Amino acid sequence: MTNSDWTPDQPLVSIKDVHKSFGDLEVLKGVSLDVRQGEVICIIGPSGSGKSTLIRCVNALNTIDSGSIKVEGIEVNDPDLDKLELRKNVGMVFQQYNLFPHKTALENVMMAPIKVLKQSAEVVEERARALIKRVNLVGKENSYPGELSGGQQQRVAIARSLAMNPDVMLFDEVTAALDPETVNEVLLAIKDLAQDGMTCILVTHEMGFAREVADHIYFTDRGVIVEHGPPATFFTEATDPRTQEFLSQIL
Amino acid sequence: MNAFQQYFYDLAQTHPKWNFIYFYDPVQAWRVADGLWMTIQLSVVCVIFSVIIGVVGAWAQGAHSKTLRLVMQGYIQFFRNTPPLVQLMFFYFALGQFTPTYAPDGWVEVPIISNVGWAIISLSFFAGAFNVEIFRAGIEAVPESTQEAAEALGMNRLQIYIYIVLPLAFRVSLPALNNNLVNLVKTTTQALAIAVPELLYQMISIYNDYSTAQNACMLFLFFAYFLLVGILVLGMSRWERGMRIPGYGT
Repeated sequence: MTNSDWTPDQPLVSIKDVHKSFGDLEVLKGVSLDVRQGEVICIIGPSGSGKSTLIRCVNALNTIDSGSIKVEGIEVNDPDLDKLELRKNVGMVFQQYNLFPHKTALENVMMAPIKVLKQSAEVVEERARALIKRVNLVGKENSYPGELSGGQQQRVAIARSLAMNPDVMLFDEVTAALDPETVNEVLLAIKDLAQDGMTCILVTHEMGFAREVADHIYFTDRGVIVEHGPPATFFTEATDPRTQEFLSQIL
Repeated sequence: MNAFQQYFYDLAQTHPKWNFIYFYDPVQAWRVADGLWMTIQLSVVCVIFSVIIGVVGAWAQGAHSKTLRLVMQGYIQFFRNTPPLVQLMFFYFALGQFTPTYAPDGWVEVPIISNVGWAIISLSFFAGAFNVEIFRAGIEAVPESTQEAAEALGMNRLQIYIYIVLPLAFRVSLPALNNNLVNLVKTTTQALAIAVPELLYQMISIYNDYSTAQNACMLFLFFAYFLLVGILVLGMSRWERGMRIPGYGT
């Protein structure tokens, strides 16, 4: 379901002046950014700067107080929004993987297309096996999440999201909970996606990775976008003192 | 009389305190069998109803309607804070007076809910109240983040409840459910108070008629309940093992 006015040359995700508060705490104070089809953007910034909240608003897991978020022309900030329809087009991967622990890796990947898209099990299974191969987990199809390492679980989670054939993928600090040695296998899977032309919005602390895959980097602090730019210039020519301070701590 | 019966008949003659009358008197044997059958039926029916009450009640407790939640809370408090024996008597003697009657033979008016019926109702609600709390705890143990992942995949509330929350909650609930159902089976003996002819009732009747059989009847009761509950526990733990997910919750 796409809005008839939307054409692929317009931004796939368009965020305009978004405000969001939890109680008295205003976590987003007028954030705007555009993501074009096939573009990979990274949102970086200190903890509590509203990065995760922002991308959770894109698939309506959080509601926004004011402003506008459009995904393929569909206004997310609309009380009549069909959230389920929106989420069919927007995949999301979480920090804690959040796999269904009572389902095998293959069943995790197959569940949503069968239950939500009502596709036949045979068709879905073929696609699911291909996705598991793509994230390099052949042989783990029948393992339960509890039997997999963090990195393996996260790759299943990526495959699970991809099984819905989304138009945009949201990654919410997907390597933050992983052991250092398994971070790379997950980043490789994301990189493979990005090179394949998938539109991606990543919240991440992996600066090296951001520099490598991102088309555009946004630095947020205390609910606003302080600075942004393509990685080639962002890391070397940051002008804002807050960005400089953050980068100096991280790099 | 066969050799087995003869042995216990002779034993009763030589040792009057050990009169295993149900082993050689067919009439008493049938009373025991009837009692045992009634206890099994009562247990099975109450277990099923109480689990249904538990699942529906746990759902109602999480409902949006405040009235529904209050009604559930009232129900749980009432049945949890009063003795099951008092509940049985209240249902049968108090509520029983207000139930309509009918005359199956055209002469004698009998209430439409028999004492067995009241026992099933009151024991199911009694165990059901605990089951509601058990299932609610199970549902609360399912991480919000797991449900959120299902939400992000476009599943609706009902799909999330059926495919994600319930299967996980049920596994968490099983050990506590196990305990409560064991308790329920043992509590069926209290239906004696409203003259339900279950095992304890029949055994007491037997030793009221044959006072020398008292020890033998008591022994049989221990043995029978030990076995009944043992079978239930064995079945439940097998089920629990069968549902165990590799690498989860251990």
